[in-house]
Amino acid sequence: MKRVVVQLMLLSCLAFTAGAKEAQPDAADPQLEKRVMKLSQELRCLVCQNETLADSRADLAEDLRSKIREQMKAGKSDKEIVAFLTDRYGDFVLYRPPVKPTTYLLWFGPFVLLIAGLALLFHYLKQRSELISERPLSAEERGRAEELLRVEPGKEPA
Amino acid sequence: MSRYVIPLAIFIVLVVFLAIGLGHDPHEVPSPLINKPAPAFQLPQLHDPTRTFSAQEMRGKVWLLNVWASWCFSCREEHPLLIEYARSGAVPIYGLNHKDKREDALSWLSDLGNPYVLSASDTDGRVSIDYGVYGAPETYLIDRDGIIRFKQIGPITPDVWQKTILPLVKDLNK
Repeated sequence: MKRVVVQLMLLSCLAFTAGAKEAQPDAADPQLEKRVMKLSQELRCLVCQNETLADSRADLAEDLRSKIREQMKAGKSDKEIVAFLTDRYGDFVLYRPPVKPTTYLLWFGPFVLLIAGLALLFHYLKQRSELISERPLSAEERGRAEELLRVEPGKEPA
Repeated sequence: MSRYVIPLAIFIVLVVFLAIGLGHDPHEVPSPLINKPAPAFQLPQLHDPTRTFSAQEMRGKVWLLNVWASWCFSCREEHPLLIEYARSGAVPIYGLNHKDKREDALSWLSDLGNPYVLSASDTDGRVSIDYGVYGAPETYLIDRDGIIRFKQIGPITPDVWQKTILPLVKDLNK
């Protein structure tokens, strides 16, 4: 009985996935389809933000893919299509943000942190080596040291 | 004592940044269309598809363009407020019916009330793409010169209406 129920549940799952919408690639032109997929892998789906336009099954992603397909058919370059999308949705659609004043911190921040870290490290090492630099003993210190090191006859050295 | 100051300062800065980050909604992507001309369109009207509505004919008026759909859950949440806002007469609200079936949209409006002066049918979602819509409801405040001045992503809350939209409308109508 239990098995039948499980099987039924599995079957219903299958039914659901079968009903889910698939992207409809243009089978007539695999070359074009390849280009669409390549470009949409560089672009973010705004509905499910961790997915690319190529992977997403959101309605908007499908619409945008067909828009890209349409523009490619019209002879637009990848650059023009990306500009079309960023004009409407902003740089956020790009997985690789452009280098410009508002993204300087994003692009160069890690290097600035790295350099700051190295500077701190060198500063610390320098300070430390100064602290433990060698210094000759004064006459008084030498006398104390010799006192301590002297082995008394008949006694084991401490 | 002073050796604790620097780590503490770094910690506080970090906490402040994280707190700001937590307060941001990652789904709210700033629109590049703010202070840019509203994309032109001409679409059939929802109630009378033989007539069209275009953004261009709204020149000289301050107006709201609200993107909605009968299948959109948050639109239902926003709807009673929109009715209230429309009733106040502060600013005319026009609808952009986004990827909807005409019958569904019409029955939605007749069941729940119609806050719109009129709605335009964007059945295939092309105009919505031009406006950078990625999740209904979205609302655009457009000024007399056809420039988008403000965009609300998600439902207009009473707070946004009172503190942002109304003052802006007042300013733009001057």
